[in-house]
Amino acid sequence: MYRIRFHGRGGQGMKTASRILGTAFFLEGFEVQDAPRYGAERRGAPIFAYVRADREAINERGIIGRPDLVIVADESLVPIAAAGVMTGITGDTVILINSTVPPDLWQNRLNITGPILTLPMTTEVEDRLEARFIGALCAGAAVRLVDVISLKSLKAAIGRELEPLGPEIVKKNMEKALIAYNSMDGHAGCVKEGGGMKAEEYERPTWIDLPFDEAALSAPVIHGAATSELMKTGLWRTMRPLIDYDQCNRCWWLCSTFCPDGAIRINDEGYPEIDYEHCKGCMICLANCPPHAISAIPEEQAKGRSEGGKKS
Amino acid sequence: MKRTLLTGNGAAAWGARLAGVDYIPAFPITPQTEIIEAIANWADSGEISGRMVTLESEHSMITAAGAAAATGVRVFTATSSQGLLYGMEMLYTVAGWRAPFVLVNVSRGLSAPITLEPDHNDILAARDSGFLQIHCATCQEVLDSILLAYRLGEDERVRLPVIVNMDGFYLSFTREPVEIPNQDVVNRFLPPYDPENISFRASQPTSQAVAVLGGGPYSYFRYEMHLAAQKSIEVFDKITRQFSEEFGRSYDAVEAYRTEDAEFIFVMIGSFATKAKEAVDRLRDAGRAIGLIRPRLLRPFPEAQIRRLLNGKKGVAVIDQNLSMGKGGILYTEIASALYGQPDAPPILVSFIGGLGGRDISQEEFFEMANNIRRAVEEGSAPPPRLLYTEGEMKEVRKLQAMANVERQM
Repeated sequence: MYRIRFHGRGGQGMKTASRILGTAFFLEGFEVQDAPRYGAERRGAPIFAYVRADREAINERGIIGRPDLVIVADESLVPIAAAGVMTGITGDTVILINSTVPPDLWQNRLNITGPILTLPMTTEVEDRLEARFIGALCAGAAVRLVDVISLKSLKAAIGRELEPLGPEIVKKNMEKALIAYNSMDGHAGCVKEGGGMKAEEYERPTWIDLPFDEAALSAPVIHGAATSELMKTGLWRTMRPLIDYDQCNRCWWLCSTFCPDGAIRINDEGYPEIDYEHCKGCMICLANCPPHAISAIPEEQAKGRSEGGKKS
Repeated sequence: MKRTLLTGNGAAAWGARLAGVDYIPAFPITPQTEIIEAIANWADSGEISGRMVTLESEHSMITAAGAAAATGVRVFTATSSQGLLYGMEMLYTVAGWRAPFVLVNVSRGLSAPITLEPDHNDILAARDSGFLQIHCATCQEVLDSILLAYRLGEDERVRLPVIVNMDGFYLSFTREPVEIPNQDVVNRFLPPYDPENISFRASQPTSQAVAVLGGGPYSYFRYEMHLAAQKSIEVFDKITRQFSEEFGRSYDAVEAYRTEDAEFIFVMIGSFATKAKEAVDRLRDAGRAIGLIRPRLLRPFPEAQIRRLLNGKKGVAVIDQNLSMGKGGILYTEIASALYGQPDAPPILVSFIGGLGGRDISQEEFFEMANNIRRAVEEGSAPPPRLLYTEGEMKEVRKLQAMANVERQM
């Protein structure tokens, strides 16, 4: 059975990728299961989607523990533990990352020996969330990597999944999928079907007896104040708002008032300051700033920069 | 006939469409599902002729469904988790009207604490409402069960509403290959609804939901519902045979998987049971005589079939994705009551609670449960009920508690 996971951010098309690949497998005669996985998050938050494909009926369900292929549409998710990109990776798992960083550097960074491939998919846009066709690119690459699906099925799958968006968009997605497909020529068929688990040799679950705790502890109540601060929603951001303090006229703090996450505070001098650990990059502040003192830059260009969010 | 990829939600919408429903009352806001979205699109484009109406709550939605059913039309509606509970008062009420319709529930764990992921406490809260319950394990089964549910509920010996249940995420958002049968074949199996004396017409008044003080009449009406529910087991058997002839897929009241020569049995309901099937196959590869039974019908409870399948076995593990606080697993209790006093009942019946709030049950855990029941049989005594819960999960909770209780610097 093929077990394939797509990791990206809400809005990047991971569900689309899984659906295109799922349909392509299905049209090729495979039994298929595909599903997205998300909670209450929004655009920009880490999500994943998965595909199972087999020649026989599939009884496995739920998230994929040991993937044969992991495709990462957004490289900034790799180091974020909560995104779960590395969950269940074995030496046989092929990892494909949308990145300009070469594979051997990724292997060093992640300290793994398994096969890593890279494919720069989103170089033409600044904001990764604005990049289009990523779903088709990921699916196209996956089809080549498993190499058991014809181009005809891939194209038919894109046609079927994206039909409501109109023929122009379908055509563009097909072109993009083909580019990704061709770029994986050198690795065609490198993803192999994983086997089932063996009942003779398995890692025993470390079950415990749940202890009795008094309600003072066991009620689901949060007594500590402001624990939401611990949730670093700044990780969802792909674009960073920057304040040009020379232009800021300390108005009525529209940016701070409109910020839906309360991530802009006003300092003692009356200047707004941005809490980047919690700013999700929605850019409502940018849109509302009367003197246009707020601009946006891609998050990866912002690394190491401290100015723009705090008055020096 | 067309075989395509559908989510459980999509399959449910197709079931309603093929059943040719006349009226679809729906609460359109969360926790409503994509089932209603799909039907709304079809209503908009004219692909279905049924009338869709949005209501301001599940309570009103179920009232509207029952009221419409009492006029003798075919009614479909859907909800999930908190929505089912919000409509609970009316579930009990409309079942008593003896006017059938079909409601799809997408199972999700209940508040509090809040979650989005599935378990079965929502649907089991409706266990005693008078609705019949069909539990599904695949998206195909969701579509097919809706057709079966109309035949079952509308049968003149039954005339009770039916809930078709599927697990959130694991079916509702998961696409699988589903055969969408041709309308003419469906029409043959499920002809237009003949409501017999269920009617409400101008100048022909009927009184519904009458008051009956004193326990005598009340007991009569309630017990007649029970007898109808019990009767529905044999009706279901007949209907599924016909379904199998028409569509080539068979749905016994209890699915039995590799049980014939099995010494040990897993018992589960819902979609996680397919995971148990996978585990059964792997355990069989390792030479273990194990099988699975999955009650599709939970109300009526197919006691005779369950007895037939479990009697003579050495050990049984009941895996509940629900919890009755202060008692334990609900399915376990039901299975135990079905087996009590049976001369050939399995001596070992072990209760496991797992999958609460969507908590996954791993293959390793199925293997370990199989080992546990084998050991229990060897030792001759069943271990106490066990929550499937690992050391790692406990550590995670302790970490959360530490955060929840600490005084933090603002």
